[in-house]
Amino acid sequence: MSDEVNLNRRQFLTKASAAVAGIAIAPGMLLFDFAHGRPLGEPASSTVRWGMLIDTTQCETGCNECVSACSKENGWPEARTSTDVQWIRKVDLKQLSTGRQSSLPMMCQHCAEPPCVDVCPTNASFKRADGIVLVDKHRCIGCRYCMMACPYKARSFVHEPVLDHDSDMPRGKGTVESCTLCVHRVDKGGTPACVEACAKAGHRAILFGDLNDPNSEIYLRIRSVTTSQLRADLGLNPGISFVGL
Amino acid sequence: MRIVLFILLLAITSAWAGSLAPKLDIGRGGQCVDDPKFMRKNHMKMIVHQRDDTMRLGIRGGKYSLAECVNCHASKKDDNVLGSSEHFCQGCHEYAAVKPDCFECHSSKRKAVAEAAK
Amino acid sequence: MTQKTFGQSESRYFYLLVAFGLFIAAMGFGAAHYMEEHGHVVTGMNQQVVWGMPHVFAIFMIVAASGVLNVAAIGSVFGKVAYKGRAPLAGMLSIAMLAGGLAVLMLDLGRPERVIVAATNFNPTSVFAWNLPLYSGLFFFVSLYMWTLLEQRMNHWVKPIGLAVFTWRIILTTGTGLIFAFLVARQAYASAILPPMFLVMSFTWGLAVFHVVQSAMYAWNGKVHDPAILQRMRNLLGIFVIGTLYLVAAYHLTNLYFARQTAFEHFILRDGGIFPCLFWGGYVVFGSLLPLLLIYLPSLGKPRFVVAASLLVILGSFALLYVFIIGGQVFPLSIFPGYEVSSSFGDGQIASYHPSLPEFLLGFGGLAIAFLTTIIGVRVIDSLLPHDAPDRRKDNH
Repeated sequence: MSDEVNLNRRQFLTKASAAVAGIAIAPGMLLFDFAHGRPLGEPASSTVRWGMLIDTTQCETGCNECVSACSKENGWPEARTSTDVQWIRKVDLKQLSTGRQSSLPMMCQHCAEPPCVDVCPTNASFKRADGIVLVDKHRCIGCRYCMMACPYKARSFVHEPVLDHDSDMPRGKGTVESCTLCVHRVDKGGTPACVEACAKAGHRAILFGDLNDPNSEIYLRIRSVTTSQLRADLGLNPGISFVGL
Repeated sequence: MRIVLFILLLAITSAWAGSLAPKLDIGRGGQCVDDPKFMRKNHMKMIVHQRDDTMRLGIRGGKYSLAECVNCHASKKDDNVLGSSEHFCQGCHEYAAVKPDCFECHSSKRKAVAEAAK
Repeated sequence: MTQKTFGQSESRYFYLLVAFGLFIAAMGFGAAHYMEEHGHVVTGMNQQVVWGMPHVFAIFMIVAASGVLNVAAIGSVFGKVAYKGRAPLAGMLSIAMLAGGLAVLMLDLGRPERVIVAATNFNPTSVFAWNLPLYSGLFFFVSLYMWTLLEQRMNHWVKPIGLAVFTWRIILTTGTGLIFAFLVARQAYASAILPPMFLVMSFTWGLAVFHVVQSAMYAWNGKVHDPAILQRMRNLLGIFVIGTLYLVAAYHLTNLYFARQTAFEHFILRDGGIFPCLFWGGYVVFGSLLPLLLIYLPSLGKPRFVVAASLLVILGSFALLYVFIIGGQVFPLSIFPGYEVSSSFGDGQIASYHPSLPEFLLGFGGLAIAFLTTIIGVRVIDSLLPHDAPDRRKDNH
């Protein structure tokens, strides 16, 4: 039933996108304008798999727009010390053999086989049907085993009491948290804050979309260019892929 | 005689208890999502049930939303459900001697207009 | 069983020890409360080193709690009479150390008050979750075992229950090793050799703890060691120390051979400052070679040298665990092989960790819980004192 609805929605999206393709300035923004999110009352569907494609050749060294946007959107203070949380961070790379420099944003890779979910004793770490890996902070006991298990250092532990709460993103001391792929925006049909900020800064290094939808821009890009996943040797099948690594 | 005394005692204590009942600032108030009597007794079960549905299954737009509780019942003075014995959540929970766990992580403030437009 | 009376001075001594234990335990709880109130920011732990000093203490106690049961198993399962009289003390020590270790582990959680959630939401793929029934099962089986030992009418159950305890403790320590062995993300861990390594470490550390406690009790009661039994238990400790050395060496040598792991091994064994120091000096020299010398040099057969060797083994085990747990976390994850990386989140850098006072207090609090449980248990249950059965001469090796 819900699959059918999704298919209809997808067809609608395809036609709508095609109709305005001519006047589209930023294809990445199209989805944001025309998708209206999942209908209220409907659970996330496994026919969808949300993911990102990060183009390191478009990502500018020194630019921190995605990090600031995430921090603002989700109400975590930008890091100063080694105990501060970081849902997303900029990593600067220098190829050892050639010295080629690049930069990329690093966050939860939303694995298909997430080790954090495997090791969590209380099922607080879980993967939603649409592939988004989340921490249910109501269940998190703060054991940090997921932080030990994550190959990407994507998770942070809240070391201090949280005083300023954001309405959309509850946070609390003693629990583990990480990138939610801006699930509260995605459910409304929006895109993650980092994607929006990157586009606004004119870089468009992050492409967000449904990896299962053959008509989505992200699907077509991944089909046409060489992409790679981080620590692909572990076979975790992350939802985030990279160009130019 | 004993019965009379007992009834008298009961009347006095209940009157006394009545005077102790919290005087709550119900904020905007108005029509609640469910019968107030039912909500008074069961709001925590409803919120927890919907919390699990929203968090784990991704079902949005259910009627028992904590954020909406706060939106309606935050004091009009400071947009908060906590702060004093008159504030909606704190006042009643103090009266019932139950510690609400929600606001250690969730915002106790009415969603600002600017943030709602985000 | 003869009624034992305590002299007044002895009693005073006992209460002094209890008061001391209570004081340290209270400090531990105070530290845990302080950590909970302010968050883990008051500890030395950070986003890179998420398990710190409390985990070193807790894992030592949990591993030794399982290992000390070996003394019981040798008596009950393998029928060596010399060990039978020591089985009750071994059981008591096991319960005591497990309680101490678990208390530290629980109180270090970010949300210790929610520990009940762990019981109501059980994730079957999590080794942590497996360990919950394993720990409670050990409490159950060891208590049952103690009952069969101490209640004469239950004596004929000693062997089957002893076997159950033995099996359970092997599984439990395997589970402790698996906590790390399943961590594919980190160079230091993901290795199938860890469960057997933890198993042999548990033999060693458990026996060392037993030696120390037994000697203290003998001194307390003015008894002397039976030289033949001491000789046997000393040799056993020596074999276990060698076994641990062997597995630790195998773990590091295999890692050294894998190109992707060599940088990590160079760090731990050579370049990593405090870590190679603790490994070579703390664990290898003071925690293994010196005890072996004390055990095997023929001129040093006296009980106090065995106790010294045991104490060194225990200190060495803390050094080894520190290197294993902290050293394994400070070394950067290899996310981008072939690149030099840097970020605000410690990518590509050696992380720093400075254990703080509350962490030590919490750890010592756990030891105090084990200490209190042991001395009160020994005081209450008279037959916990190791006694040598008169027919031990029949026990041939």
